[in-house]
Amino acid sequence: MTPEYRKIAHNGLWKNNQALVALLGMCPLMAVSNTVINALGLGLATTATLVASNALISAIREQVSDEVRLPVFVLVIAAIVTVVELTMNAFLHELYLILGIFIPLIVTNCSIIGRAEAFAAKNPVKQSAADGLFMGLGFTLVLVVLGAMREGLGTGAVFAHAELMFGDYAKTWAITLFDDYEGFLLAVLPPGAFIGLGFIIAGKNLIDGWLARRKKAGIAMMSMTRHTAPTG
Amino acid sequence: MNPLEHLDPAIVKAARVLGLFALLGMGTVGVFHAMTAGRIAANERAILLHSLQALVPAERCDNDMLTDRLEIFDPEALGSRQEVPVYRARKSGEPVAAVFASVAPDGYNGDIKLLVAINADGSLAGVRVVGHKETPGLGDGVEASRSNWIHRFTGLSLSDPAEAQWKVRRDGGRFDQFAGATITPRAVVKAVYKTLLYFRAHREALFTEPAIETEEAP
Repeated sequence: MTPEYRKIAHNGLWKNNQALVALLGMCPLMAVSNTVINALGLGLATTATLVASNALISAIREQVSDEVRLPVFVLVIAAIVTVVELTMNAFLHELYLILGIFIPLIVTNCSIIGRAEAFAAKNPVKQSAADGLFMGLGFTLVLVVLGAMREGLGTGAVFAHAELMFGDYAKTWAITLFDDYEGFLLAVLPPGAFIGLGFIIAGKNLIDGWLARRKKAGIAMMSMTRHTAPTG
Repeated sequence: MNPLEHLDPAIVKAARVLGLFALLGMGTVGVFHAMTAGRIAANERAILLHSLQALVPAERCDNDMLTDRLEIFDPEALGSRQEVPVYRARKSGEPVAAVFASVAPDGYNGDIKLLVAINADGSLAGVRVVGHKETPGLGDGVEASRSNWIHRFTGLSLSDPAEAQWKVRRDGGRFDQFAGATITPRAVVKAVYKTLLYFRAHREALFTEPAIETEEAP
């Protein structure tokens, strides 16, 4: 991976993560993260939309003047989301029924128009598609982690109903974490999503703080080594 | 003369671009719609047939329940302000059962969509909840996948239990409520009871009325 793409990946997955840092797309994030499979389904649909919309918008960025830029972007995104919706309805019908209104609502996920404006409108097609991919994967990652937390705490198992996405042979994928688990309702209800996301953001900040301290210590160490002999 | 002459050329160009993208967008969506429409309709039929056959097994009937269908408008009895589909099961032309897509309009969080299957003799072949927004972990015990509660209806009729007993226990009836959730089971019991009353009052017509024409190709 060239440094340019590494930077795009780092931005999407961590530094400017749409769910943890930009805090965009909260509504589907909260609503659909109640199980891992729901989270994965919506995350991948969002990722597909982001890659397609970023690539298309980047391809047409020279032809579209500033005055009509936003309406054209919205048109493109709406068309892509409808195509994704129809495709899911046809090929992943049961998952589509569960995700329901949140598939058409991808169109209102701010991170999509946000990436179109902030990245795709200024960068070449390949880089824009990569940006869409990593922003989408970053969003999916948070959705899935939150989904695993909520499903695991709420029902005592994860990966239930994997067959909705991966076909009948995935029926055995469900992993029971605790036997005879009573269930913890709060985790499955909407407040569980807010609390869970809070913990994930706190966790990211902890790691960032630790990395920053280590880097600082590393720089201090380096400046010291200039004057002292390394000891190993 | 060209009416666009006096306009700023930049505006004309922008309008053209916008129009072009609107057409392209519509075209793309249209093509995908045409490509997926058949498959989507087949999916919907398969899901519906699957839930109907959970109540009236395929071996009990020899007709196509999906097309032998009535639509009944009766908000008071069937709970929906729209027409409620009724699917009829027959064997060798004899009535076997009717499946009502009734609605319990007074759930804790809006409509609870049901399938109520009633045998020709007036007993219940089974009830299923096919859509609801009840509280997870409390009211969703009415789902067949969450608890056995909904199976309790199978075999019951207006004479068993007696009509006055078609209530949850808290209201003095025969049906259990859930810990922490009375409203949801109460709504379901009431909707099933009303559907049974409707069936008793219209039994003849329900099986003799000709099926409505369907637009969807099978």
